[in-house]
Amino acid sequence: MTAPADPIAAVPVAPRRAVWALLRSPSGAVGLAIVLVLVVVALLAPVIAPYDPFRMASGPRLAPPSWDHWMGTDQLGRDVFSRIVHGARLTLMIGTIAVGISLTAGLLLGLVAGYAGGWPERVLMRLVDVLFSFTEIVIALACLAILGVGLINAMIAIGIASIPFYARITHSVVLVEKNKPYFEAAVAAGASHLRLIFLHLLPNVIPTLIVVGTLGVSTAVLAAAGLSFLGLGAQPPQPEWGFMLSSSRDLISRAPWMMIFPGLAIAITVLGFNLLGDGVREVLDPRQRAR
Amino acid sequence: MSALLQVRDLSVSFGRGAARVSAVDGLSYDLHAGETLAIVGESGSGKSVSSMALLGLLPPRAAHIDSGQTLFDGQDLLRMNDRQMRSVRGNRIAMIFQEPMTSLTPVLRIGQQLTEALVEHRSLSQRAARAKALEMLRLVDLSDPPRRMRQFPHELSGGMRQRVMIAMAMALEPDILIADEPTTALDVTVQAEILNLMRDVQACFGMAILLITHDMGVVAEMADRVVVMHRGKKVEEGPVRAIFDSPKAAYTASLLAAVPRLGARSAEDGPRPIIAQPAEPGEVVLHAEGMSKVFPGRGGIFGRSSGTVAMEEVGFRVRAGETLALVGESGSGKSTSGRAVLRLLEVDAGRIELEGDDMRTLSARSLRKARRAMQMVFQDPFAALNPRISIGRLIAEPMVIHGIARGSELEDRVAALLRRVGLEPEHMKRFAHEFSGGQRQRICIARALSVGPKLIVADEPTSALDVSVQAQVLELMLELQQSMGLAYLFISHDMAVVEEMAHRVAVMRQGRIVEMGPRRDVLNAPRHPYTAALLAAVPKPDPSAPRQKLPRLDLKDLPMGRLAQAAHDHWVAR
Repeated sequence: MTAPADPIAAVPVAPRRAVWALLRSPSGAVGLAIVLVLVVVALLAPVIAPYDPFRMASGPRLAPPSWDHWMGTDQLGRDVFSRIVHGARLTLMIGTIAVGISLTAGLLLGLVAGYAGGWPERVLMRLVDVLFSFTEIVIALACLAILGVGLINAMIAIGIASIPFYARITHSVVLVEKNKPYFEAAVAAGASHLRLIFLHLLPNVIPTLIVVGTLGVSTAVLAAAGLSFLGLGAQPPQPEWGFMLSSSRDLISRAPWMMIFPGLAIAITVLGFNLLGDGVREVLDPRQRAR
Repeated sequence: MSALLQVRDLSVSFGRGAARVSAVDGLSYDLHAGETLAIVGESGSGKSVSSMALLGLLPPRAAHIDSGQTLFDGQDLLRMNDRQMRSVRGNRIAMIFQEPMTSLTPVLRIGQQLTEALVEHRSLSQRAARAKALEMLRLVDLSDPPRRMRQFPHELSGGMRQRVMIAMAMALEPDILIADEPTTALDVTVQAEILNLMRDVQACFGMAILLITHDMGVVAEMADRVVVMHRGKKVEEGPVRAIFDSPKAAYTASLLAAVPRLGARSAEDGPRPIIAQPAEPGEVVLHAEGMSKVFPGRGGIFGRSSGTVAMEEVGFRVRAGETLALVGESGSGKSTSGRAVLRLLEVDAGRIELEGDDMRTLSARSLRKARRAMQMVFQDPFAALNPRISIGRLIAEPMVIHGIARGSELEDRVAALLRRVGLEPEHMKRFAHEFSGGQRQRICIARALSVGPKLIVADEPTSALDVSVQAQVLELMLELQQSMGLAYLFISHDMAVVEEMAHRVAVMRQGRIVEMGPRRDVLNAPRHPYTAALLAAVPKPDPSAPRQKLPRLDLKDLPMGRLAQAAHDHWVAR
């Protein structure tokens, strides 16, 4: 009698129960709340923001936080709070597009490499290994050098830079699933390549990728802020948080609010997605649930 | 005689509130010095949980000890603090586990692991501990003890590791040895050696053994007294002879009845007829010849190592309505052969004909078509069903692939198949994890049947199941074969199950068939020494038989050449 191999690991979670479980875990609930607030702010930005984020001289220049300007104004007299609110849109866009690119490409690469085996696997995964050996930011910089500076290009660059990461993870999950008897059972039943990949492998890879993707949003946001800080991402007058940080650099002592609030916004966003990712992992990864 | 260990009214549960599950319920027994007490039960009976509770090894937050006391040497084990428990654990009460692969620390040398406890509990000097460790390794019959001391666990075989575990447990000369399924993960010949060793060690040290097992054969070979457990409760307790000869509880009787006994069908030619007119073996369905497979060594940048021979010159025929059993120990190539036949694995050489079609020359497309005729049932029904697809869709899948049915006809067929294997059509919408092991194996069988195959390759289909469930699944398989004329290639390590199922038997060792012939001839009068050794090593579920030392076989000088005909349809390796 051999012990069944990890019977809980394979239990699918019904969507409604998953949301409940997510809300019950402290990190998941807090993360979800932060992310939801962020989404609402982004959607309703024009309603929430008291001023036009681009209008100069909404108030006096470099005014400290006051009743009129909750987070003060910048060197051009623009309202920092309004800029941060509008910046939420850019941040979410960066997160989703960058992760979307890397997730899709990584998933395909990992699936194909893992499923095909043999030389396609060796070629693809060695290529991924080579890319993996560079820091993501270096690859992103290289991409930007080719694509040119700009926020959209920065998203693409960040997306491309983290493809190897997603490809590796997908590949490792596929290798595990491919060796399980149910996969072999499907082969023995005569299933076609497409059926094997999309019906048998993909659904078992997705949960892992949801977790990794959620966590990946925060990395992408941080990377985009970094690129914008270096002047390679968002361009003036876009209210991108990282760019706002960089333009506050010379004024740290005179107008610290110009730096503090975008910095806080970035930190809270990253924290939110990290907590959400952890929460989702607790729900989807049964090894944690079983404890 | 006062008992060494008194367990009284022990109750353990898992979880809280509505999710609370009682695992052990009011268990009481005595363990006397020097005796072997077997705790027997199927999975979920609480046999392991109760013994882990003794040593405080239950997961602290999940499990609760609701009541009871366990008196050992005047002290209650359940109420000891950590420090007291540590002085008992390993020292006065030692434990060996089922999985010798994982119960030794992989990164420490055997020597270190052996001496550690001696230094800790006995305050021996490193040198004295080393001497003692060497003595223990010699005692458990390991060759070249000084070398073993320097080795890491992965360098040893499963049987050797279990010997090390026993050496480790016995080094401190405990009063009680708890053995939790000590031989379940081992091959039958290795199991025989380990059981021998445990008896020798007990004769030498006189400790009491608490043996936890599901295997009635092991109980009959080892136990003085038996406690039978079912769903957390003790259903019966008594001397081993009494339990086997005149069980009082209905559960014990049914458990014993379900145990396949080697020799039960020695007077019969074929398996037990389940239906009135079973189909007779007919045309040859599968003909395999000269199959060979070498798994290449790990390819590195600097070339390959030589690789492992998994299968060499393996050939056999299976007729419609007939079961050919492939028997052997782990690594014998029996599973490789089964998978090669289905072309789940490409052979290096050989010919595989299914109903006259050469499987190896088929294109990918025609192979996919040909798969209709051959299906597989796997060992682990927990892993053989995709967890994220409902079982209705899983059973339907092969029919969808081969375009056999669609829409409502498809659904009707799935319902019929579920009924055919003894499940309800309402189960269709559920997922695999909602079923028990036996039910899952039925689902796997239904799925295999869905395309009307001629041949089913069953790879250890019941070895992950409890005996009572095993009996039901085997009966289902027999019934299906006899009514539908299915050919089975039945892969198993369990001789008693093989006797029940097979018409013909092929015994494999190290990738070769060493003996092949009608089941009755091969099992009753084996002509190859390896077959004889395998048969002799099977523990007999009969305590009245004299407990002899199980024979040891010199495996080096076995004839492993080509097969030669010894009698009609009976082939033996030269």
